[in-house]
Amino acid sequence: MPALARRIIAKALWICAIFIGITVISFTVIHLAPGSPTDLQTTMNPEASSDARARLEALYGLDKPLHVQYVSWLSRMVRFDFGRSMSGDHRPVWDKILERLPLTFGMNVASLILTLAITIPLGIASAYWQGRVFDRAATIFVFIGFAMPGFWLALLLMYAFCIQWPLLPISGLTSLGFDQLSFTGKLWDLTSHLILPLFVYTFGSLAGMSRFMRTSMLEVLRQDYILTARAKGLPLSTVIFKHALRNALLPVITILGLSIPALIGGSVIIESIFALPGLGQLFYQGVMARDYPLIMGNLVLGALLTLAGNLLADLAYGLADPRIRSGRNGQ
Amino acid sequence: MTLLGTRRFWSRNGMLLTGGLIVGFMSLAALAAYWIAPFDPTTLNMDSILKAPSMAHPLGTDALGRDVLSRMLFGARVSLWVGFVAVGISVSIGLFLGLVAGYFGGLVDEIIMRGVDVMLCFPSFFLILAVIAFLEPSLSNIMVVIGATSWMGVARLVRAEALTLRGRDFVLAAKVAGAGPARIIFVHILPNAIAPVLVSATLGVAGAILVESSLSFLGLGVQPPMPSWGNMLMEGKDVLTFAPWLSFYPGLAILITVLGYNLLGEALRDLLDPRMRD
Repeated sequence: MPALARRIIAKALWICAIFIGITVISFTVIHLAPGSPTDLQTTMNPEASSDARARLEALYGLDKPLHVQYVSWLSRMVRFDFGRSMSGDHRPVWDKILERLPLTFGMNVASLILTLAITIPLGIASAYWQGRVFDRAATIFVFIGFAMPGFWLALLLMYAFCIQWPLLPISGLTSLGFDQLSFTGKLWDLTSHLILPLFVYTFGSLAGMSRFMRTSMLEVLRQDYILTARAKGLPLSTVIFKHALRNALLPVITILGLSIPALIGGSVIIESIFALPGLGQLFYQGVMARDYPLIMGNLVLGALLTLAGNLLADLAYGLADPRIRSGRNGQ
Repeated sequence: MTLLGTRRFWSRNGMLLTGGLIVGFMSLAALAAYWIAPFDPTTLNMDSILKAPSMAHPLGTDALGRDVLSRMLFGARVSLWVGFVAVGISVSIGLFLGLVAGYFGGLVDEIIMRGVDVMLCFPSFFLILAVIAFLEPSLSNIMVVIGATSWMGVARLVRAEALTLRGRDFVLAAKVAGAGPARIIFVHILPNAIAPVLVSATLGVAGAILVESSLSFLGLGVQPPMPSWGNMLMEGKDVLTFAPWLSFYPGLAILITVLGYNLLGEALRDLLDPRMRD
């Protein structure tokens, strides 16, 4: 069997195994709840009808043995049937998630692109001037970036740009009267609402990624083929940007895949502060309302997105690295 | 004193000194909060609501007239306590699973390490929020949940150490002398695998403080009236327009404390493992 096909099959099996693991943990989380998971929503909630209680008990199959419950729950999850939301509009959870997904997904992709555009040059420069003033300044920035609570940064930015110098709107996705604006007006209105959240998103991953890029670059610059390239008289810029950069970027692909859980977690805080109607805010509202189907739907979806990210990173790595593509890794 | 002025000294020990000073200062402030706080952190005072920083209240007062400095000192106790206990829990879990996986190897190792992979696939902040939603937000629940979702790094580290240590001669000698697996793991392997765990635990305190403050900021962590830096910022957010100091100082305290633990952790890494220096 060709190496790439074997690799993909192994990966697919691995993904299935992880999916089972994730659902087992999610399922356990449901059963962590003291008493019946439906109590809070039904007996303690005068608004919940007996109909809602019956629906929830049917969803979790609480009268059946645990393994039967798990299998029926899992078969629903696979068909994206997360049940109906217990709070507010009682719409299907999957519909609510789908309408919130584009904003969060778009913000995360935009912030990933921005992060890479900033950290790759930063990491290269730090590695190139290792131990010099630029590298030291970058190191200090990295330490502060690691320690900066995202929600505090958001508060500072809000104070500076929305209160002290009111240049940007303080929260929400659109202004009042958005529908009456011209196309360019709409575009600017959206952009001005998203600048600060995007800044906070991106700042959160700058430190880790630039540090990683620096280490990766330093590793590569120590290799013999770099010395060879220099020795045969190639200009430094060619060696750095052609020989070294390509190899230094490989581990970055993996790290991108691994950074997805942090991004998803960060969206809860950022979207709550800036009142953005995304997935993170939906999850937060679900948590505050103890909306079990909504929480579980988000939890499983978040884990699935993480898995998809890891899989994509793995495939991209395989495409980018000829050693893996031809299956001669480590032979 | 000439030593203190040299660049060589600072480049080698700057992180250790800065980190150590910050951590020491914050710990002292937290320990001495009862004696050095100028006011009671929870007593309401309707005569001094939202007062800007002054001589009487160096960091101002909040919407209920409570002294911000006093609340921050007591908030430090909460942050550090959560940080230490959560890390204690995560290190205990990580150490145990890592040692067992690394020492026994084979199927046990495979099962534990695949479990680690699954846990790493979870957006841990989502998982923490979900669990807190099912339990009630309380100090002990937060510490347990943070600890139970952050042990994977330690488990991987310890497993790798145990894997190399179990083939060493002194372990073989202990085996020949008739020591059982428990004795070998805890008496012979554990002490030799502890150095990287120390680094990881120091960095872990920083991480736990950040998570606790995020949870409290969202209203799902430490519950008022008990002060924590996170819930002080939550209260500050509502009055950001006319009382910005409420949103400034607690955040600065989080930044400096986390910075201190990170610096200390990195410095320890350099000290304990010269190979990691780049």
